[in-house]
Amino acid sequence: MALAKIITISGRGVVVPGNDIDTDRIIPARFLKCVTFDGLAAGLFADDRKAAGGGHPLDDPRHQGAAILISGANFGCGSSREHAPQAIRKAGFRAVVAEGYAEIFFGNATNIGLPCVSAARADLQRVGQAVAADPALSVTVDLAAMQLRFGGNAVPLTMRDSARDALVNGRWDAIGELLEGLPQVAAVAGRLPYVSAPA
Amino acid sequence: MTPRSLFEKVWADHTVRQLANGQTQLLIGTHLIHEVTSPQAFGMLRDLGLKVAMPHRTFATVDHIVPTDQRTEPFSDPLADEMIKALKKNCAEHGITYFDLNSGRQGIVHMVGPEQGITQPGTTIACGDSHTSTHGAFGAIAFGIGTSQVRDVLATQTISLSPMKVRRINVTGRLRPGVYAKDVILHLIRTLGVNGGTGYAYEYGGEVFDRFSMEERMTVCNMSIEGGARAGYVNPDETTFAYLKDRPYAPQGAAWDEAVARWRAVASDPGCHYDDVVTLRGEDIPPTVTWGINPGQGIGIDENIPAPQAAGSADERTAIEEALAYMKLPGGAPIKGTRIDVAFLGSCTNARLSDFKEVAAYLKGRKVAPGIKAIAVPGSQLVSAVCAELGIDRVFREAGFEWREAGCSMCLAMNPDKLVGDQICASSSNRNFKGRQGSPTGRTLLMSPVMVAAAAVTGAVADAREVFAVN
Ligand code: SF4
Repeated sequence: MALAKIITISGRGVVVPGNDIDTDRIIPARFLKCVTFDGLAAGLFADDRKAAGGGHPLDDPRHQGAAILISGANFGCGSSREHAPQAIRKAGFRAVVAEGYAEIFFGNATNIGLPCVSAARADLQRVGQAVAADPALSVTVDLAAMQLRFGGNAVPLTMRDSARDALVNGRWDAIGELLEGLPQVAAVAGRLPYVSAPA
Repeated sequence: MTPRSLFEKVWADHTVRQLANGQTQLLIGTHLIHEVTSPQAFGMLRDLGLKVAMPHRTFATVDHIVPTDQRTEPFSDPLADEMIKALKKNCAEHGITYFDLNSGRQGIVHMVGPEQGITQPGTTIACGDSHTSTHGAFGAIAFGIGTSQVRDVLATQTISLSPMKVRRINVTGRLRPGVYAKDVILHLIRTLGVNGGTGYAYEYGGEVFDRFSMEERMTVCNMSIEGGARAGYVNPDETTFAYLKDRPYAPQGAAWDEAVARWRAVASDPGCHYDDVVTLRGEDIPPTVTWGINPGQGIGIDENIPAPQAAGSADERTAIEEALAYMKLPGGAPIKGTRIDVAFLGSCTNARLSDFKEVAAYLKGRKVAPGIKAIAVPGSQLVSAVCAELGIDRVFREAGFEWREAGCSMCLAMNPDKLVGDQICASSSNRNFKGRQGSPTGRTLLMSPVMVAAAAVTGAVADAREVFAVN
């Protein structure tokens, strides 16, 4: 399977502030009643947005069409629902920039080609201020240079090497490689009685 | 040979090869699926024209959406009905074992695996659900995966993953009376933080764990993920083997003896390397209750709800303010005496036989306080059946609890069991996130089952040791 190489992503940014934003907030459970991921965008931060009565950053007309979601520490903690990164992507985002991520969320996002890069808190504040001052500002996530660029600024980004590598080389969806390994899988399974013995 | 941890041994046994992205292609010996996170994976499989590689190593049940009051199809919620039908059809089409509502073995997926003896030491277990860490209680490396990885396991019985670091967590000494496994894990998460475990598998041990039953070990391993650790495990021992003996999927006869020998050998070697070690004293752990909006925001029952002024950092202050505003609780006031509206006893953390037995012993002859809605939901049909046999269901009903059929129920409220408005719920479940129990403004206080019962009968957060004269 030829997958897109994901190297630079440019677009407008929007800040959803806060630390420990969990996947129940990103996509409340009632939106998980579905047999496909289509249509998940409607559920993105649905309860937070409702509670904010139109005042949520995602509902701010100036931020419509944003491609880069900016947030705080431990983003995506909680349940393993892939619906969370799927909803973010279906809502048009192509990258997330935050201080850090919960592990399962990070892996799920990488597997669907949604880069989750980390930046220092002070740098996130700067980009946040810049985006607030000028919502049309173009923000670039550059996975080759590991930089976040906005309005003449460049700040460093970090990301686990294996994820970065997978994204820039178009290997973020592992299925192709995993299938190639099937003969070896059979060999390893054969050495494990609980796998090889008929149940 | 260099001493190795259980994690290292299991990882090595299941490594297929290194992938170009630097991750490991890891064999997933046991795959569990449920109705919420699997339909899209089967859809992806169909789109790619792939088959299920090892159908005999995937096991399915329904838990998340299934109603706990209505048990005949079609279910009144058409979306739920569609998802449950999709699971049935996918299992039939691919030859996957499915413990459905008629099997007598249905339940929350993390209860069904152990009950059936599918969950075994030295194995790798994955499921599209973050509480898969529960199965680590048996000395398995068990963790939650996303739907794309469910597809990967179906198609190849493997996933691409980086190894975790291992943190040994010792709980020494003894727990005081009225302190439970749930308190141990809530206290631990409070101590290490909700992301303290990121990148780690937790190995739990020490005298407290040595003495714990399998059900208690499961309660702790279940909530590893709430502390940020994707997996948590306890080394297998005689308690583990005694639990598994004669379970339907446990090895039988000569194969049993061979299996036990392998399971003994897979435990961490003395002197093996740990990336970190944390030690807690069992005596220091109080009955713990959460007051906020993440599972790390917990305090001992005798403590006061934190006040923003007392915060150690600006970050902590913001976190406390946000939590208090959502929870509508006064900072600086005692948590004890906080009025509740609902009491929920259930979920994959605490809906096992021992949980209901323990609570029933205290609930006998007591009544749920007026105006409190109290629900008890056994985690599995087997637990439900044994409770009926022992008359435990009657004790709950007579006390004024609604006694339901097996499922996740109000843990995440994807079925009709939900909080209404800003109701506040004393809950034996594992997550107190905003909106978790089905109402966008609903509030959750996590605690042990016996503490839930104490809250139910007094109508407010209470010290179960006082309410039930535990000593
Ligand atoms: S009981 Fe709750 S936490 Fe456990 S599997 Fe069900 S929804 Fe998830």
